[in-house]
Amino acid sequence: MSNHTTEPHRISPLRAAFSNPLGLIASVILALVLLAGLAAPALAPYDPAKVMIFKVNALPDAEYLLGGDGSGRDNLSRLLYGARNTFIGAAISVVVAAMIGVTAGLFAGYYGRSFDTITSWVADGLMALPAIIVLLAFFQALGSSIYLSMAVFGILLSPGFFRLTRSLVRSVRNELYIDAARVSGLGDLRIILRHILLAVRAPVVIQVSIVAGISIVVQAGLEFLGLGDASVPTWGGMLQDAFDNLYTAQQNVYWPGLAISITVASLVLLANSVRDAMQGGMRPRLSAPIQAQSNPVNGSIDPQAILQLRDLVVAYPDRQGWRNVVKGVSLTVKRGEVFGLVGESGSGKTQTAFAVLGLLSAGGRILSGSIRFDGIELAGGDDTQFKALRGRRIAYVPQEPMSNLDPSFKIGDQLTEPMQAVLGLSRAQAKARALELLGRVGLRDPERVFKAYPHQISGGMAQRVLIAGAVSCNPDLLIADEPTTALDVTVQAEVLDLLRDLQAEFGMSIIIVTHNFGVVADMCDTVAVMREGTIVEVAGTRDLFTRPTHEYTRMLLDCVLDDPPVRRYSGVAEASR
Amino acid sequence: MNNSQDLLICDKVNINFGAKQVLRNVNLTVRPGETVGLVGESGSGKTTIGRAVLGIGPVSSGRIVFEGQDIAGVSPNRRTGEATRIQAVFQDPYSSLNPSMTVEDILTEPLVARGMATAAQARMKVKELLSQVALPSNASARFPREFSGGQRQRVAIARALALSPRLIVCDEPVSALDLSTQARVLDLFIALQEQTGVAYLFISHDLAVVRAISHRVAVMRAGEIVEFGECEDVTSRPQHAYTQRLLLAAPVADPVRQAERRAALRALNVPSSQS
Amino acid sequence: MLRYIVVRIAFGAVLLAVVCTFGFLLVFSGTERVALNILGQSASEADIAALNAKLGIDRPLLVQYQDWVGDAVRGDLGNAWTTTGTVTEILGRRLPVTLSIVVTAAFINALVSALLGITAAVRGGIADRLIQIVSVVGFSIPNFWLGLLLVVVFSLTLGWLPATGHVPITTSTLGWAVSVTLPVTALVLSGIASVSQQVRGAMIDALGQDWVRTLRARGVPEGSICYRHALRNALPAALTVLSVQFVALLGGAAVVEQIFAIPGLGELTVRSAIAGDVPVLMGVIVAMIIVVITVNTLIDLINAWANPKVRLT
Repeated sequence: MSNHTTEPHRISPLRAAFSNPLGLIASVILALVLLAGLAAPALAPYDPAKVMIFKVNALPDAEYLLGGDGSGRDNLSRLLYGARNTFIGAAISVVVAAMIGVTAGLFAGYYGRSFDTITSWVADGLMALPAIIVLLAFFQALGSSIYLSMAVFGILLSPGFFRLTRSLVRSVRNELYIDAARVSGLGDLRIILRHILLAVRAPVVIQVSIVAGISIVVQAGLEFLGLGDASVPTWGGMLQDAFDNLYTAQQNVYWPGLAISITVASLVLLANSVRDAMQGGMRPRLSAPIQAQSNPVNGSIDPQAILQLRDLVVAYPDRQGWRNVVKGVSLTVKRGEVFGLVGESGSGKTQTAFAVLGLLSAGGRILSGSIRFDGIELAGGDDTQFKALRGRRIAYVPQEPMSNLDPSFKIGDQLTEPMQAVLGLSRAQAKARALELLGRVGLRDPERVFKAYPHQISGGMAQRVLIAGAVSCNPDLLIADEPTTALDVTVQAEVLDLLRDLQAEFGMSIIIVTHNFGVVADMCDTVAVMREGTIVEVAGTRDLFTRPTHEYTRMLLDCVLDDPPVRRYSGVAEASR
Repeated sequence: MNNSQDLLICDKVNINFGAKQVLRNVNLTVRPGETVGLVGESGSGKTTIGRAVLGIGPVSSGRIVFEGQDIAGVSPNRRTGEATRIQAVFQDPYSSLNPSMTVEDILTEPLVARGMATAAQARMKVKELLSQVALPSNASARFPREFSGGQRQRVAIARALALSPRLIVCDEPVSALDLSTQARVLDLFIALQEQTGVAYLFISHDLAVVRAISHRVAVMRAGEIVEFGECEDVTSRPQHAYTQRLLLAAPVADPVRQAERRAALRALNVPSSQS
Repeated sequence: MLRYIVVRIAFGAVLLAVVCTFGFLLVFSGTERVALNILGQSASEADIAALNAKLGIDRPLLVQYQDWVGDAVRGDLGNAWTTTGTVTEILGRRLPVTLSIVVTAAFINALVSALLGITAAVRGGIADRLIQIVSVVGFSIPNFWLGLLLVVVFSLTLGWLPATGHVPITTSTLGWAVSVTLPVTALVLSGIASVSQQVRGAMIDALGQDWVRTLRARGVPEGSICYRHALRNALPAALTVLSVQFVALLGGAAVVEQIFAIPGLGELTVRSAIAGDVPVLMGVIVAMIIVVITVNTLIDLINAWANPKVRLT
């Protein structure tokens, strides 16, 4: 199977922040600002309220290092004291927002039902309120204490935490390890504390950082509008003073704004570095990009062959450089043949198939080797050769039918769009052909399916739709990647029958990628067994099952569970403990 | 069919999700030390019955009796006595282990949660559990992501064994595994049953897997059990038309026999319900 | 679909009712100092009592609320206390000014964010770098500071654009455009920071879906995959954040209007808040909520168009 499961690394958010240079710088700046606020009385050269008349709007000098404000007070001292006020305000709103939002989110996400519905509505409602307007409107009722306003602002910000926590909990709640914990006898509260909090910890830390930034900006905004306590030095208040004196002393606009911006930027960078670390660290470091080289097949072009692979190497970048997932695969698919590519997960079978389609996942490259389709070399050049063949002569049937249909478009659109774009059919011709094909693949009501959206049909029907799309161009080669793995057995049998009939009707070649030897036995003429990126054995299907030559093939066939001996029940052999 | 020596009895169990009835009148028994295979396609309700037995899914009516106690609708943390000795192994070994917990944390959790051991005692037991599932004892300090799918499933089995279970509900425990790993994990299940006398309710969509491990087999379709009997009978001489179709639909790894079966399936000529 | 719209509109109505109730109780509970604000600190007890009686705030809060609701449903939001005229009149004058700025900012935000986000997701490279820088810088520079900087640079230093004043769009389109350039710029940056990031993420998500590979395998041109299929799937996430940003723009207008002396709703709110003109504040709340609900409902409708699962269930 082709799934590369990547899991988030869950490490301590703080360690994550320091692991990246920007995060480290941001942390240092934040620590300095925090320190400045705490130690303001010791650091500030003057009392922030001390007025010196001759220093009104003064430029920086030896006494007032950053100059004086509109009342002749020292800008530097006010800036230091402002840091203190800023942090208290931000802390209040963050704590209020996080306490309300995270708690409500945990319970709403875990229990769902009416509590979830009601809290979600409340959150939606709060999010529809413009925070500053609300705080302004309540200014008289709240009084001039900015801290009370910040607490109210915390309530207005709580939906952010709520939504985040709720969606995280909902995704974790359906994880099987929560079921396992319940079966182990853990009560709900312990499951929330032990398993769920762990999963929401890092994202909540990120959100705290962001919300702290928002609070600082809004608090400064309120103070700028004059809603703060005039006797307390604040960054927003300093900006208000600068605004009042804008025409006489522009220089005072810069310092408080810079203080706000640098602090907030540090919070954002901190959040980003935590997020990057959570998502599995930095991007892979690419060693010098390698140009794909094709090794032209010497002479031996087989006229019987529709596809010839020679020494194909496919690689993906990882932290060390390139990691080969297909390591020198050579094979030949004849015209009109059904070719099986069988192997366990990580064998490279799906990547080989994607290479032939020119549709490797992001970052993947054909490093070397040759892919020759009907005499045309595909590897080594850019994408143009692949583009010329895909959907015209080479077609593809995927593994998961539902996720391979665009959920936003009707089935009919998705069938006819390529027919118009690739085959040059008119709209009406394309529709007629689509309906004909939908009938051909065994769908009883083609008109209805044509008009349906993907979520309105079943998985088996979706797979028939995808097969109809694949054969719509009358391809020479159909690549089917585990085409029945996601389907129920009875549907699987029908879909395999359909593929077999279509193969006979269209005379196309099929490559079936599968892990299931039953599917191989049912469908294939020739089989290649893959392991860890290489082919260990290629044989005719009957030969492979009767006379497997490679040890690995024999081992795999031994693991097949067809008709094992049935176990006999003889009561409890041994008294249960 | 109900018999005093049955370990688990599902008696006329009905389950509704909202207005939709997903399980209709299900009767099922499991004897001590026995494996009962539960086979069916997606949406047949096989997982739903497993969750009901475990106490993590709803029961609308009917009884689920384990060792004489009716446990229908009782959640695991409110179960007492013998009823705590029902454990589970789930399908996906990737999502059934918490990625941020070590193997030791995972294995000691059930013991501590049930108050059956102190944290220190539980840690002593980890080594024994790991050796039971043939994992090295140094595995305990590692995280799930450091293990392959098969090894993870062994950790999940060890967790189920921690409470000395009488019954393990196994929900598709080998479906996510590769062929060779699947065979080894099935062997482990059988060996553990022979050692400890634990019974399995073994849920799978794969008739071949069910046949390999079960003593008796129940076939489910659309919320009902259509056939329940000895493994040999159900998997070799199925009575119900649906079981026959299910049996013939799964391709076997033998081109000659598969061609015959394909012909036989077509001959059955069951008007295939549109999928 | 119809059910969906009805539910959204009902939600809006409930929200309006709840916010008005809470808002009223809070706003009208802080009216003790109003008389002092209006009459001055030296006013006599008798004068204060007389004014309170005239304004009707000597009555129990619930009675005041009942009266207010009774009038409000008829479209009468009362008289302003500190200026002349009815609240409805004042709002009618102020709201278009604010809307002309906020809606322009929202459109520019959507346009720039879509361009940046899509380019970053599809091509990576410089656009991707730019978006990362914009997302940090835009978030960290408060709109009021940006406004002051713009005034310093473009009005005081370069003298290109006016620092204050507002020309209504009905008077002169060009004059209006000139007068709102700086305010809109100050407003829009932080919005672009968050919306473009969201567009980029949603596009990358959509382009990573399985069906993209299948469409490519069928030969669908890359342009159609990006701009028809992926964009439509990315739309709901992008619009959701845009609607949140619209709310933020309304709040931002309060600050920016103050800087540029624009006679809009925001400036009105600040003045009324400081003066304690409670009926006007209630009017502002009602107007804002109605605007937000209208915009959210519009965005819901577009989402329903893009996402058949929403529409058909």
